[in-house]
Amino acid sequence: MGINESVTKNIWIGLRFGIGFLVLCGGLYTAVITFVGEQLFPHQARGSVIVHDGQAVGSTLVAQAFADPRYFYARPSAAGYDPTATGGSNLAPSNPELRVQARARSEQIQSKEQVIAAAIPVELIAASGAGLDPHISPDAALFQAERVAAQRNLTNESVTALIAQYTEKKQFGVFGQARVNVLKLNLALDQMKDK
Amino acid sequence: MFEIILIMTMAIALAYPLGRYMIGVFSSEAHFSDRIFNPIERIIYRCIGVNPHTSMNWKSYGLAFLLSNLMLGIIAFLILKFQHVLPLNPDNIGPLSWDLALHTAVSFLTNTNQQHYSGQAQLSYLSQGTLIVTLQFVTPAMALAVCVAILRGMMGGRNEKLAKEGAERDLGNYYVDTVRGIVRVLIPLAAVVALILSSQGVPSTFKEAQTVTTLDQSSAVIEQTIPVGPVASMVAIKQLGTNGGGWYGPNSSNPLENPTPFSNAIETIAIVLIPIAIVFMAGGMLRRKGFTAMSFAVMALFSASFIGFTVYSELQPNAAFNELAASGPNMEGKETRFGPELSALWGTLTTQTSNGSVNAMHDSFNPVGGLITRSGMLINGIWGGVGCGFVNFIVYIWIAVFLSGLMIGRTPELFGKKIETREITLLGTLIVLPTLVILGFTAITVALPSLTGNSNPGFHAISQVFYEYTSAFANNGSGFEGLGDNTVWWNVSCVITLLLGRYLPLVIPLAIAGMMAKKRTVPTGVGSLSVGNVTFAVTLIAVILILNFLSFLPAAVIGPIGEALQLATTGVEG
Repeated sequence: MGINESVTKNIWIGLRFGIGFLVLCGGLYTAVITFVGEQLFPHQARGSVIVHDGQAVGSTLVAQAFADPRYFYARPSAAGYDPTATGGSNLAPSNPELRVQARARSEQIQSKEQVIAAAIPVELIAASGAGLDPHISPDAALFQAERVAAQRNLTNESVTALIAQYTEKKQFGVFGQARVNVLKLNLALDQMKDK
Repeated sequence: MFEIILIMTMAIALAYPLGRYMIGVFSSEAHFSDRIFNPIERIIYRCIGVNPHTSMNWKSYGLAFLLSNLMLGIIAFLILKFQHVLPLNPDNIGPLSWDLALHTAVSFLTNTNQQHYSGQAQLSYLSQGTLIVTLQFVTPAMALAVCVAILRGMMGGRNEKLAKEGAERDLGNYYVDTVRGIVRVLIPLAAVVALILSSQGVPSTFKEAQTVTTLDQSSAVIEQTIPVGPVASMVAIKQLGTNGGGWYGPNSSNPLENPTPFSNAIETIAIVLIPIAIVFMAGGMLRRKGFTAMSFAVMALFSASFIGFTVYSELQPNAAFNELAASGPNMEGKETRFGPELSALWGTLTTQTSNGSVNAMHDSFNPVGGLITRSGMLINGIWGGVGCGFVNFIVYIWIAVFLSGLMIGRTPELFGKKIETREITLLGTLIVLPTLVILGFTAITVALPSLTGNSNPGFHAISQVFYEYTSAFANNGSGFEGLGDNTVWWNVSCVITLLLGRYLPLVIPLAIAGMMAKKRTVPTGVGSLSVGNVTFAVTLIAVILILNFLSFLPAAVIGPIGEALQLATTGVEG
């Protein structure tokens, strides 16, 4: 077979190869796996949305902005808690801009919680990777407990107990970090009767 | 630490049987998987017009590889450029600019998945859900096919016993190898991983997004739209095929793409699973246990020490937070459920393997973490990308064999095939190429500040530019994402870098293997160099380090090393 003939033949095969796999991988695989996944795990498949009193109040996987002092707040978001425009700050540790942002967050938390800077868990002034981190560490939740309890006329003990109840351990005892889902915790708070 | 060891142990334990299975998949003998897959493959061969029984020498194999890539690239470019008039575009998303369409097509065609567009906002369902998923299956299988052909060539080809010295050698059939890689390896693995991810919370639906009313109506955000789609099926192949291009912008740091620590463990294993399996596959195909052990040990040593450095780096505080909070690890750009160690593990593996997905923002890593991630991309053969990673590793082995041969005063040969002037000239090209392309483009871009689009000042600005070209050349795709890279200059210069970084490092070794295969096999004697021992492993490590230090150490000094020294002495201003 000559080189020209061989090139023509391969171009023709290449074209059919491309279209064939568009159908097989892009079409068939995606359709079948997506369908099976949705049938097996319908809640997760549509974004783990929580419905409360008949209303969709959020996704357990998406952080919300909490400004009201009666609520626990999540980590800072470089994306303004918008799930359709996610992202991190992408600021380097050497970037003065990051220091400016961190100082503003630190000062805001110091006045909100009436604490000194050295008491603030560092994750609360550090923006998360996607800007949607739904979790804070148990330490960062306990750090906010006193203020939340005071604002809601609850005892510190009852709020601390609620945090303990909503602390997710390492998955299967080994994977990841212990954490508290801020949205679930705040929903539970709203359920509590004032004491 | 325990968790890192557990994840790596699981990855290796799964990779070993997978590697054994892949030996069968790519052998010409009957295999138990034939019964399931033969009927499917017969239909595919008929549709694409291939006779699976024809064999190819290195030239026809390489030609088929290049031309099938060309055709796939044209299809990809046309779909991206004309997505506004094609079906499956409910949101009426417009066409990409010519340079962005070209960059996106080439980026996914070269198994890089570098993204200069912004996620869901600029791509139609056809572009994202169909075209990109297809490229994520096909391109790793293509490189795997070339790798398999090179391994056959190193053994003198499939017709070694019958062929005369100098006669063309049968390296297999490119289309058969690619189809088998997709159908017998990638699709079954991706199906399993996708369903596990769905169970953990990765969306898997064609229904529309839901809008929720948030709890605190006094806050700035009173409504959220939870974006969904056929995410799980794409994330699975993105991780397995060393692709890296995610559904959502910030990739697997997005809780919808990587919801739990368990999904993170599965996705981390998926990054290295096939690249590690290829080491076992190669050893089996070459029928050399010592070679497997040496390759595995060298890669594992590099991998483990790099993981150690990155974990240490990210456990250190972020200098920008000094005295503004309690002292703790660098959590900027990282997720609570993973913490610093798992983010560092992922960051190290994704850059060693040319995957490029992220579960934390590399731009915000401490300087040593940034140094290690780019070193992984520069070596590009510690596990490496599917197929291409092990080919890069073979190139290092050939160079090490040549140098060892010179040191002990014998004609260098590997498995009885001599490495001579023609081969070493070609190998020389492969050594000079990354230096020329990466440093050349970095120098031009940094020299013209209007081109750079930096988001960070100082040493880190140079690092951002260097990282982008390194990532493009290594076909990795991760980025220091603060860079404003959707410009004609960035798109075009990255397209050139991507093409040079993909095709020459695959086709040149294929040519070398094809030429060496034709040579007379020198019988093994007392004077033969053995590659399956500690002495050779040390030589190989030295070769890898020296080549990369010579090329890239000065660039590191005006990048992360300078940044680290600056932070240690003066801290952050502001």
